[in-house]
Amino acid sequence: ILSYPRHPVLKKRDDFEDVLEERRRSSDLRYALRCYTPTLYKGLVPCKVSMLKSIVLQSDHLQCVIKQVSSESGDSTECVAEEASLILDEMAHRMQLSTVRFFVFTLSKAFKRLFRSVCVNEEGIQRLQQAVQEHPVVLLPSHRSYMDFLMMSYLLYMFDLPLPVIAAGMDFMSMKFIGEMLRMSGAFFIRRSFGGDKLYWAVFSEYVKTMLRKGYAPIEFFLEGTRSRTCKSLTPKTGLLNIVMEPFFKGELFDVSLVPVSISYERVLEESLYARELLGVPKPKESTSGLLKARRVLSEDYGSMHVYFGHPVSVRSLAEGKIKRSQYNLLPRYIPQKPSVDTHEFLNDAAFRLVRIQEENMVLKPWVLIATLLLQNPDGMDLSSLTEQTDWLRHLALAFGAFLDWPDHEACSEVISCSLALHRRLLSVSAGHVQLSVTDAPQVETTPEEAVFQRAVVVLSCASYRNQILHVFLRPALLAVAMQSANSSRKDDIYNCFNFLRNMFSNEFILCPGDSVQDFEEACYLLMKRGVLQVLEHEIVMSASGQSTLAFLCSVLEPFLQGYQVVCRYLCEETNENLTEKEFIPAVRSFCFVSLSSDLQKNALAALLRLKAVRKVKV
Amino acid sequence: MASNSSSSAQQRLRIIAGHLQKRPEEENASVAAQECKAEAPRSEPSSATPVPRRRQEIMKWNGWGYSDSRFLFNKKGQAEFTGKRYRLSGLILPSLKDWFEGTFGANLQHRSPATPSLNLSAVAPPHLNQPFVEDLKAAGLSVSHDPEDRVFRAHGHCLHEVFALREGRIGRVPDVVVWPSCHNDVEKIVELACKHNVCLIPYGGGTSVSSALECPREETRSIVSLDTSQMNRILWIDEKNLTAHVEAGIIGQDLERQLNERGYCTGHEPDSMEFSSLGGWVATRASGMKKNIYGNIEDLVVHIKMVTPRGVIEKSCLGPRMSTGPDIHHFILGSEGTLGVVTEVTLKIRPIPEYQKYGSVVFPNFQQGVACLREVARQRCAPASIRLMDNEQFQFGHALKPQVSSIFTSFLDGLKKFYITKFKGFDPHHLCVATLLFEGDRGKVLQHEKQVYDIAAKFGGLAAGEDNGQRGYMLTFVIAYLRDLGMDYYVIGESFETSVPWDRVLDLCRNVKERIVRECKERGVQFPPLSTCRVTQTYDAGACVYFYFAFNYRGLSDPVHIYEQVEHAAREEILANGGSLSHHHGVGKLRKEWMKESVSGVGLGMLKSVKEYVDPQNIFGNGNLL
Repeated sequence: ILSYPRHPVLKKRDDFEDVLEERRRSSDLRYALRCYTPTLYKGLVPCKVSMLKSIVLQSDHLQCVIKQVSSESGDSTECVAEEASLILDEMAHRMQLSTVRFFVFTLSKAFKRLFRSVCVNEEGIQRLQQAVQEHPVVLLPSHRSYMDFLMMSYLLYMFDLPLPVIAAGMDFMSMKFIGEMLRMSGAFFIRRSFGGDKLYWAVFSEYVKTMLRKGYAPIEFFLEGTRSRTCKSLTPKTGLLNIVMEPFFKGELFDVSLVPVSISYERVLEESLYARELLGVPKPKESTSGLLKARRVLSEDYGSMHVYFGHPVSVRSLAEGKIKRSQYNLLPRYIPQKPSVDTHEFLNDAAFRLVRIQEENMVLKPWVLIATLLLQNPDGMDLSSLTEQTDWLRHLALAFGAFLDWPDHEACSEVISCSLALHRRLLSVSAGHVQLSVTDAPQVETTPEEAVFQRAVVVLSCASYRNQILHVFLRPALLAVAMQSANSSRKDDIYNCFNFLRNMFSNEFILCPGDSVQDFEEACYLLMKRGVLQVLEHEIVMSASGQSTLAFLCSVLEPFLQGYQVVCRYLCEETNENLTEKEFIPAVRSFCFVSLSSDLQKNALAALLRLKAVRKVKV
Repeated sequence: MASNSSSSAQQRLRIIAGHLQKRPEEENASVAAQECKAEAPRSEPSSATPVPRRRQEIMKWNGWGYSDSRFLFNKKGQAEFTGKRYRLSGLILPSLKDWFEGTFGANLQHRSPATPSLNLSAVAPPHLNQPFVEDLKAAGLSVSHDPEDRVFRAHGHCLHEVFALREGRIGRVPDVVVWPSCHNDVEKIVELACKHNVCLIPYGGGTSVSSALECPREETRSIVSLDTSQMNRILWIDEKNLTAHVEAGIIGQDLERQLNERGYCTGHEPDSMEFSSLGGWVATRASGMKKNIYGNIEDLVVHIKMVTPRGVIEKSCLGPRMSTGPDIHHFILGSEGTLGVVTEVTLKIRPIPEYQKYGSVVFPNFQQGVACLREVARQRCAPASIRLMDNEQFQFGHALKPQVSSIFTSFLDGLKKFYITKFKGFDPHHLCVATLLFEGDRGKVLQHEKQVYDIAAKFGGLAAGEDNGQRGYMLTFVIAYLRDLGMDYYVIGESFETSVPWDRVLDLCRNVKERIVRECKERGVQFPPLSTCRVTQTYDAGACVYFYFAFNYRGLSDPVHIYEQVEHAAREEILANGGSLSHHHGVGKLRKEWMKESVSGVGLGMLKSVKEYVDPQNIFGNGNLL
């Protein structure tokens, strides 16, 4: 299921249906109060929220850890147990149907104002309905916006699916009232970091596993760990994935279904917020008053939204031949065990593949193509050549298997002008010339620095749209750059160069570890099929007509190459011996004020550390 | 449930005396005790004669058990069991047809009959080692190379073996059959086998379900089947030490009957005991139903004598326990005929219990049932036998209910059903039943019974009568006959077992059952299979779990292959869930591939080096285990 097809173009995808249509026609109140009868898991052990808590606290696993912690710390077991109980109180959700109904009502209103349409693949919903009955389900949505998990619960309610419990960051909990509301609609809160806290980890993992084992509700969490500010998928985290897989490894469940969900926005609500954050303006703290202030987002048009429920992935088939479950035979199962090296590798691999599925099922709007082109032409483009090139790019993207939502019966120019209108905040159009710029023209006088900052915000906002399509071009682009820099047409040389680049960028993009050869072959195949290359036995030769495609692909990666070069130059030239990690980002930023986002800088540093070009010294 | 006591007037008297003496106490007992009416659903002792050399005269050549006993659907479409040997014999089983058709999607119109008789021309001519045969004859041993004799000893009762026979396909069979009649005969045979370099395969009851009796395909030497059935005497009984010295070819029912006549029993009752032999039990590490009182075979043996190519191995005394290095018995127990022939065994014996009582408990679901068994094991108060059948098996058991003789009984049954499902709210699709067998002196049995029922009550268990209990045990004796019936109608199946720690019992049962269902579906089996299990033995640290698996193979071109693939997957699942490779069936050739994983490379090496020392020429070349 997870090995992606050799012919990405032939991939069949489901059709979408707009779920808001019905909402626009009938009463939201009646809808929120309608009879909700979800499909249930066949092995469901009925269990109340309060019972859940005592099951967790009484579990052998938690009791074992409590004893351990108590003997290590010297506190009495009662004391530690009390602490565990408090942690659980802080964490646990208190799902209530009435609160959910309230959300359904208000979200119906909000969604109708925000979005022109919310499109869902109903076949995916049907598959999910099947999966939910068979095995416990884990929902793995992509994470681009706060909207994501609200939308997920909203849709599941809509289709009479069991409401999920959602792993949410503690930040939300600090929002008065709203935090509690979220809790009552199924969110449970986890601290952002609790690395060494054994007790916390035990409570948390047992809580999740108990819900899974009892089939209490689908578990929902974000593989990427946090919202991606760049709209580029983030390197997945494996902690929670391990927790939801362990009941299968240990034989407590026959199987677990993982359902990757791709949520894509034509316009992200947090668009400019993200850009500012990347430029170093701290993220506004989640607060209820902040939320109220943000009401003005309601007055804007965010276009359409697409939610694609992917094929359920069985953990059992995923682990087949990779995980030896009998490794758990010799230790009582309640004793916590760190994942073995093999298991860890498996988790990592699975996580990457799941994120790849998310990426592949992400719907791309025409604007994504336009943004890509505009970024490559900082001085702007004539509308006519923009139209022409967008059309060219569209065909290239489709040939590479992009999931493009291009209106069927509209002229290209029509589609483009619609997109431009929707994103008018990021551009200026004058006399048939399109350019990225700040449209809320500076009424007040601004310092040059501020002007640069404003420009950077626009560029980064725009980049976040380009980033959505990177996964389509990434492999061919790596090959294009490799060919350019290899200075040789020998396949080996090009591959080595490709491999180096791939390695270098594996913090930046989703590149499944160990798939180097496969990625290389895929890139060759795609470019060959497009007539750009000829792949011979030992050589790779560019075709005469391939020049423009290769040039385009190279410039796709150009900003990243430049960014990494800047970071390297900074490290070589500017730094004294000791640079603390905290100082690094502001320092690089001041070193070169190109549109460098903190995200890229962090990734670059991580890559350099991984490649041992830079050494981390503990002070 | 030791065999019918009609011949044992003494025992009767003792029981009646017991009743009389204990009258006053009995009035207080909450459970009405009845005289031991337990009657094993197996051969009547009067009809039993020692196993003949030509087994095919009384037993099926291509199926299970006695030729005169079989299930069939009569002209009215009702199931009945023929013959006179069993309690079920001659009875009509009215609900079996519906269960059979409903469970498997089978149809009585669609028959898959077996080849009626053995086609002698299909049997390859024997590859004789003439000097060896002549030496055997010179030594006065009974020898045969009759094709029927040879075919009979070329198989156990694995599905693929019986299926091939029914289709008339005969593979490699032994070239010669030889019947020793005492230990010395065996010594002679082994000596000659070494001298002439032939391959010896010991044959006891022929009930193996591990491909242990299959002739290895790569064997080029002459293969000699050494049939121990004529070594079937009890040589002595020592009442002071409660031991009996017995020749290893004796089969279970004969051993038990002859001991009963002297007032004793071994208490070792594997489900195959009608046909399996003492030597076979030793060679496979057999387990008996009543091991809670009497122990498994390794607990029962005091002394073993085995003839190997290196000579005879045995201990020098009959001490009950020794600290003399690793116990050499444990090289013999479970050696599966790879090291030599067990010829004589000294066994512990016990006086026949005064009183026996069946019982049963209904639980609302399997989880509760397992929790109850676990508690019984924790308190170490397991009765002689305690088994927990899952819902599917409970329904299977029900389908074997004979026609009720009176309206009153059927009314009572209806009432019982109403009470359990309606009044107590048990879901008929989830409830499961534990069957019990108590044994011992009467007062203690009643006390014990109360203790167990009290524990059961804590787990929501309701006492459900002796009848249900007894029927549960009957299932295990007739299951092999039932398989033959299934095979007449496109249904094939088999059982397999494992042992597993308590905390994993539920998970293992669920996962293995589901794996079977899933594998069948993936392999194109049209109807969902029967995939059912029971917990058949309890131990301090775990339990033995037994699976039945059967499916309708209509529309499949190679059903046996699919069956084997599914069983293979089920075994993988068992191992992945912390179960063992086998609890008592043994490894044979069927499960050899997992031996290394099961006992580690070093462990396997140890066993191999023993084999190398004991049998460097690989005379005992059945290829099992290693």
